[in-house]
Amino acid sequence: MTAQATDITRAPSAKGALRRRLPGSLAWHIGALALLAVILYPVVWVVGGSFKRSEDIVGSLDLFPADPIVSNYTSLTDGIADIPISTFFFNSLFLAVGSVIGILVSCSLTAYAFAKIRFAGRNLLFTLMIGTLLLPYHVLLIPQYVLFRNLDMINTYTPLLLGKYLATEAFFVFLMVQFMRNLPRELDEAARLDGCGHLRIYWSIVLPLCRPALITSAIFTFINAWNDFMGPLIYLNEPGKYTVSLGLKMFVDQEGLANYGGMIAMSLVALLPVLAFFLAFQRYLIDGMATSGLKG
Amino acid sequence: MGTAVTHAPATEVRAKDPEPRHGPGTPPRPAGLKRRGRRENLAGYLFMSPWIAGFLLLTAGPMAASLYFAFTDYNLFDAPRWIGLDNFSEMFGDPRWRHSVRVTLWYVVVGTPVKLLVALGVALLLAQKRRGQAFYRAAFYAPSLIGASVSVAIVWKAIFSDDAVVDRTQRVFGIDAGGWTGDPDLIIYSLVALTVWQFGAPMVIFLAGLKQVPRELYEAADVDGAGRLRQFWNITLPMISPVLFFNVLLETIHSFQIFSSAYIVGGGAGGNACGPADGSMVYTCYLYVQGFENSRMGLASAMAWMLLVAVALVTAVLFWSQKRWVHYEEGGR
Repeated sequence: MTAQATDITRAPSAKGALRRRLPGSLAWHIGALALLAVILYPVVWVVGGSFKRSEDIVGSLDLFPADPIVSNYTSLTDGIADIPISTFFFNSLFLAVGSVIGILVSCSLTAYAFAKIRFAGRNLLFTLMIGTLLLPYHVLLIPQYVLFRNLDMINTYTPLLLGKYLATEAFFVFLMVQFMRNLPRELDEAARLDGCGHLRIYWSIVLPLCRPALITSAIFTFINAWNDFMGPLIYLNEPGKYTVSLGLKMFVDQEGLANYGGMIAMSLVALLPVLAFFLAFQRYLIDGMATSGLKG
Repeated sequence: MGTAVTHAPATEVRAKDPEPRHGPGTPPRPAGLKRRGRRENLAGYLFMSPWIAGFLLLTAGPMAASLYFAFTDYNLFDAPRWIGLDNFSEMFGDPRWRHSVRVTLWYVVVGTPVKLLVALGVALLLAQKRRGQAFYRAAFYAPSLIGASVSVAIVWKAIFSDDAVVDRTQRVFGIDAGGWTGDPDLIIYSLVALTVWQFGAPMVIFLAGLKQVPRELYEAADVDGAGRLRQFWNITLPMISPVLFFNVLLETIHSFQIFSSAYIVGGGAGGNACGPADGSMVYTCYLYVQGFENSRMGLASAMAWMLLVAVALVTAVLFWSQKRWVHYEEGGR
């Protein structure tokens, strides 16, 4: 009893002493860095693993091998199932860039209508649009597949791109609407008095001011398209048309165990574009995500 | 199609007029109102035309078709044959379907709260004004961007397999459970770990919410002598409850739809599509197997509609519950 009591009385003073010796900010940084080490461990692991011999990758706990090898990377030049790696990268790049263009054009037009034009039925359509934001994609998976199959579009990129040109990604419409609503109304009202039509206002006033929202949407779209797995899995069935994600999956199924090192190296190479985008644009990504929804 | 970052950042998900500010400042409408209104309508629908086409062709139409397929026997090659409720009775009687429901529910119920707790915890840590805050924020956010990729799923499979780092670490603590990805009961926790690892997206939204809490509230609480915990409970939590609601809603809906990670970590090909002894056979994995491997498009459509109903119910319950615990600034308590 007494011991307990003294413990309790002593605890705060001991803590206080510790705090005096170890400034709060140092403790904060140590805590944050420790957490960061755990979180980023898999990323460091894959970098180190890509320089290990296949048999050492899983079993060895050393993050980096004592005798690094590059054969995992050079083996990638053989391609996957006789298809050069560059083919997968080109296919993914084509889809990603195609998606970005589609999203920027179609979503900004739609968002402009929601934010700047007063037309009958706007509120109903806006509610429908928000509804699609919450709709599980899997409900559309099978009927869309049947539709594109009847249109003879299986094993083409059309099913993967069409939706991007028809503004079906409600998230980006929503993000742009939020942004456009916060633009000063005086600008487009003045333009209207000067006789500008909507197309002119959209192109010359609203779009340039929306640059941050457009950049955020473009980057997210690129990364989503690059990472997409289910869409290509369902619609593409000829290895020459595969994206990086599908190529990687084919690698795992066909040579994964025989060439474990190559698989790890390829995994890292497949991530590089996303990581590069992130490093270049992280401010846009995080700010776009954080602020767009909070009402200004 | 990519479900990676469809993380709409809004504190308010209330569908309403996108432009509610027609106060007294709105200029009076000029004469010739009718013609102007008609022109506005035309312009509106012209600008909206891609979305309208997409909505009809790729959302509303397919939903109607899917609802029809759900009551048919359809294998893609022969015309759909109406079979009434047979798909549903087959589904409910199928032990593998019930198993996939259990696995998915478990994944949602464990993964979502843990992920949000970690996100909130780290957001509270980062909300303190320290040097290098932007760096930490970016670094913690990075996994959310790459987490949906096949690459990370492959890495995950490796570090959670027998004798790999997770196995070795747990042995240090005297747990001899073996690798998680090879164990039918444990593989789902490797997927939970993967979703928790991507806590950065909700964290960023929490951080934005925390920044909006007025400093004066804490100062007043300090004067009143309220402790840290009390301040968190009585000030922070109510003030960020709209953001919390938003994160709970989106994360829950997303968790129900997990596919790629389960498909790849679980092994993916052939009859054993998802994990040893169906350990990671989440709902959408089974849907994929029935629809695209067994060509049972009718049955898979019925499954998809059950998923929609489940997600709609959860959404409805969350929206209903928000009256009790979400405090909006205007008109809130």
